[in-house]
Amino acid sequence: MSTTTMLRLLGTGMLKTVSIFFLTLLFSLPLGLLFSFGRMSKNGLVKGISKLYISVMRGTPLMLQLIVVYFAPYYILGIKIPSWYRSGAVILAFVLNYAAYFAEIYRSGIESIPIGQYEAARVLGYGKAQTFVKIILPQVIKRILPPVTNEMITLVKDTSLAFVLTEVEMFTIAKQIAAKEASILPLMVAGVFYYFFNLAVAAVMEWVENRLNYYR
Amino acid sequence: MNVLEINHLKKEFDGLTVLQDISLSVKKGEVVSVIGPSGSGKSTLLRCATMLEQMDGGELVYMGEKAAWEEKDACVYAPKEKLKQVRRQFGLVFQNFNLFPHYTVLKNIMDAPVSVDRVPKEEARQQALALLGQLGLEDKADAYPYQLSGGQQQRVSIARALALKPEILFFDEPTSALDPELTGEVLKVIRQLAKEHMTMIIVTHEMKFARELSDRIIFMEDGVIRQQGTPEELFMAPDDRVKEFIGKFAG
Repeated sequence: MSTTTMLRLLGTGMLKTVSIFFLTLLFSLPLGLLFSFGRMSKNGLVKGISKLYISVMRGTPLMLQLIVVYFAPYYILGIKIPSWYRSGAVILAFVLNYAAYFAEIYRSGIESIPIGQYEAARVLGYGKAQTFVKIILPQVIKRILPPVTNEMITLVKDTSLAFVLTEVEMFTIAKQIAAKEASILPLMVAGVFYYFFNLAVAAVMEWVENRLNYYR
Repeated sequence: MNVLEINHLKKEFDGLTVLQDISLSVKKGEVVSVIGPSGSGKSTLLRCATMLEQMDGGELVYMGEKAAWEEKDACVYAPKEKLKQVRRQFGLVFQNFNLFPHYTVLKNIMDAPVSVDRVPKEEARQQALALLGQLGLEDKADAYPYQLSGGQQQRVSIARALALKPEILFFDEPTSALDPELTGEVLKVIRQLAKEHMTMIIVTHEMKFARELSDRIIFMEDGVIRQQGTPEELFMAPDDRVKEFIGKFAG
């Protein structure tokens, strides 16, 4: 295999990895907020279910969750797994897993906002939704940026776990070429790619943090 | 008409009575100070009046409209829409300002009129700028709260409350979080408001200020109103407990 062919193959893998990363964030960030509301709910049942969910998602390996999400329709429901479901299962599993982590990050952020902010908003006549969207959430976002950045960096590396479902992302391809060509080069290229991807993630997040530094 | 009327207010925390049978009415333009040792229930009274705490008994009436009343030994509040109307009647200035840190001074003042009262943006802006002018903060419109001194922050929070044109303004120890050299600028603003006949209830430890400014002073202790009257009545011929308390503060 020529180096160009190898790089071309790895290139398609890169695109797949990048798309897993963005799709996961797109869905898990809002879903996490929903779970954080559930976790802080006054309704005991909602709270209990959310707590259990978060506990299971954080307490079991992501690799196992990928396998379960992919094979569950077949083993539990007896449905023949269509080929498109491979990519769907990868995104679904990542979203479900990361939403649990994000839920706890949101919760820590929301609970760190002084009660006085809620009281001031209430006395001024803001409704509950207005208070959250206009007063609380902007402050929460500023506070949770560092832990969210951490999760994003972990996510970049975790995308490589999709290889258990032989999803054709960066790591799967690199491993296959490495085995076929008996060369470590593709894995090194993959490593360099992950590193620079994360460098970019960190740079972007630092920029966002600086943008939000206009107040304390 | 009485702007505010509180009848037989009762408040408990976990079975512990913190306010018992408090009755108090405030006429338009009246300035009432509430003094008393810490733990006497002054702040709780204010928090019940502003509906940040639920009362356990009694009646709360603003401008003749009942916000809460007693029914079968329990306190019931008016429906949500009605309470929204009631909330427009009063403003509250917190001890810790509670300004919104992510908004500029101007936005802190004009956002509630715009988002809650649907005042046109430009009108709210002009009004906010006028308030800042009155409070000597015209050059701070674009600053963020963290860039201001405590005294300036408290003045902004007074402007924020005034922007909604309340009938009555509550102050919960407005100078207690301030360095001594900054209390003066805040007291000056309150004094100005009194001159303009703003109806106010002020919980404070500033005895001299309360005496000079108030039409009436209420001395609270152990969850009850122990004494009330004009400043002269309270300061000149106080009962022993009041005398002792005031003496402590006069140094």
